[in-house]
Amino acid sequence: MPSAYGASAYIPIAIFVAVATGFALFTLVFSSLIHSEKYNKVKLEPYECGIEPTTDARDRYSIRYYLVAMLFVIFDVETVFMFPWAVIFNKLLLFGLIEMMVFIFILVVGYYYAWQKGALDWV
Amino acid sequence: MPPGVSLSDFYYILPELVLTGGALLVLIADVLLPKERRAALAWVTLLALGATAAALVPFANTHVEVAHGLLAVDRFSLFFKILFLLAAAITVLMSIRYLETEGAASPGEYYFLILCATLGMMIMAGGIDLITIMIGLETMAVSFYILAGYIKPNQRSNEAAVKYFLLGAFSLGILLYGMSLMYGLSGTTNLRVMASAFVGQEKDPRLMLAVILVVAGVGFKIAAVPFHMWAPDVYEGAPTPVTAFLSVGSKAASFAMLIRIFVEGMPSMSADWRLLFYVLSILTMTAGNIAAVTQSNVKRMLAYSSIAHAGYLLMGIVAGTARGITATLIYLMIYSFMQLGAFAVITLLRRKDVVGDELKDFSGLAFRNPFAAFAMLLFMLSLGGIPPTAGFMGKFWLFSAAIDAHYYGLAVIGVLNSAISLYYYVRIVVFMYLKKETSGSDPVITPALALVLGVTVMATLVLGVYPQLLFRVADVSARTLGVAGITAAIR
Amino acid sequence: MVTLNHYLILSAILFAIGTAGVFVRRNLITILLSIEIMLNAVNLTFVAFGRALGSADGQIIVFFVMTVAAAEAAVGLAIVISLFRHKESLNPDSFASLKW
Repeated sequence: MPSAYGASAYIPIAIFVAVATGFALFTLVFSSLIHSEKYNKVKLEPYECGIEPTTDARDRYSIRYYLVAMLFVIFDVETVFMFPWAVIFNKLLLFGLIEMMVFIFILVVGYYYAWQKGALDWV
Repeated sequence: MPPGVSLSDFYYILPELVLTGGALLVLIADVLLPKERRAALAWVTLLALGATAAALVPFANTHVEVAHGLLAVDRFSLFFKILFLLAAAITVLMSIRYLETEGAASPGEYYFLILCATLGMMIMAGGIDLITIMIGLETMAVSFYILAGYIKPNQRSNEAAVKYFLLGAFSLGILLYGMSLMYGLSGTTNLRVMASAFVGQEKDPRLMLAVILVVAGVGFKIAAVPFHMWAPDVYEGAPTPVTAFLSVGSKAASFAMLIRIFVEGMPSMSADWRLLFYVLSILTMTAGNIAAVTQSNVKRMLAYSSIAHAGYLLMGIVAGTARGITATLIYLMIYSFMQLGAFAVITLLRRKDVVGDELKDFSGLAFRNPFAAFAMLLFMLSLGGIPPTAGFMGKFWLFSAAIDAHYYGLAVIGVLNSAISLYYYVRIVVFMYLKKETSGSDPVITPALALVLGVTVMATLVLGVYPQLLFRVADVSARTLGVAGITAAIR
Repeated sequence: MVTLNHYLILSAILFAIGTAGVFVRRNLITILLSIEIMLNAVNLTFVAFGRALGSADGQIIVFFVMTVAAAEAAVGLAIVISLFRHKESLNPDSFASLKW
């Protein structure tokens, strides 16, 4: 086993964890010491990336959301094959390009079918 | 082109490429064709299967490994590919009227999935590498998960899909864990390289664990007791043509995978896996037959009968000789015809509002439709193993292979089980020929269904009287494997 | 020192957790998650062996297992949702129109 597997390899990680935790704790404690204790309605609202919240966050999602999520999962995971392909693309040349085109063509056929069947319509 | 890959690799997988192209064509045609012309998709599907069969012709005598030993193109895979294509074509012919009765929305999806499942099976039969076997298996299994639940408004179909999916995914986990251990202990994913790597490791407990896990995973796929609990529910709930294809194609493909993994990949461990399959074989045929006796639903009864048949088929594997493998191949082919035929008769009885799979739906069939009743009679006798049908020939070879390998007890249990099975096969015949009361309208035989019944009846009769050709083909196919390795390990 | 055996023991534990989850839990989604845990245990074994053996095969097969797991999850969720529309329940015991 190479020495990179030894416990000493974890020292940078340990330092990183300690610094990150320390910084978070420090910010929380320090701001709680110096902040003013005035609350109003806007201050107590949940922060949603700057958009004003309209309803409660614990709502039921439409089942259509799952359909989109499922399609995303299927098409997303195909990138797993594109990363190794991209890394050695220079060695594969035209052959690799054609292979990937065939692969993507098959995906596109599936995508086209899903699209035409209305799987992407948010009715 | 990268080193090690050549154009000839693509030439050797021509049948698979044709089938993939055909499947994509069906999917696109489903979108492009206007709704009223979509019935033509069945014929496009049959055309794709026919083109694939034609593409197999140049490889009748080939014996090569393709793409760094990922796939083997040999007689063994050829035998199974022919079986899969036949089964798929018969299933498509059975489906045409069934889908019309069910009012299924998009037949293109259905036929696409049938073609995908066939593609997966072909890859499984040719796979001599853990990666290809796993991909083939999943291409087949995922297609079947959807097909089992294809009739969406029907809750039974839905439940069948969920049960098949859960147990299928679970068994995949077990199988893959076993495979990961096989990989780790041999350092390769190629089964043939693995075989030599395992020599001398026979007593390694981790390898034993791998064997047990893979046996369990494969056991789920072939529905061997005690891994069979999904089969009756799925067979009963799934659309009848899908059940037919599932019980024939999926089982044959799983046996091909089993033979590849164990005979090609672990011949030196044969003492262990043959013992496991010995136990499974006895459990499977006995439990399957006893459970079948109590069923009143014909599809469910045939499910248990198909479980029992997995037990018979395992006898050839237990024997572990070239003769045993040959017998398994012969019986798989014969079993396909009689099983598909029996399900075709059930499809025939499907009418509006009547599922047609209860025992009482068969009562008086001989007076309503003598040809269908005669066909069913023949399939039942064949499944029970009565001469002069093909089923008798198949069983004869299996039992004699077991006796030949000195498994006398196994052969005796097999014969006793065949006797038990006659009870429930003959019961259907009694309903068809001796019960007078007839229910509902007469079943109509469409040309497609007539073709299916004609082919299966002919095959069941001809293979029972003249089995020499099938025997020779199966023998040559089995001998392309390195069976000698196991036989040497036994003695 | 983290050796191959540590990884194998971890993956065996993960696999056992997943298997236990399939048998113990009474919710289809949780059972699905348990199966995913089993598949991840498999992935860990493959990668650990591949690293120890210095061969890339273990990693290649993991790519395919991941794809297969995603396809299975998508199909499985679709089937489960389709059944949920009939039953409004995710407890496998309530699906009894077929005997188990």
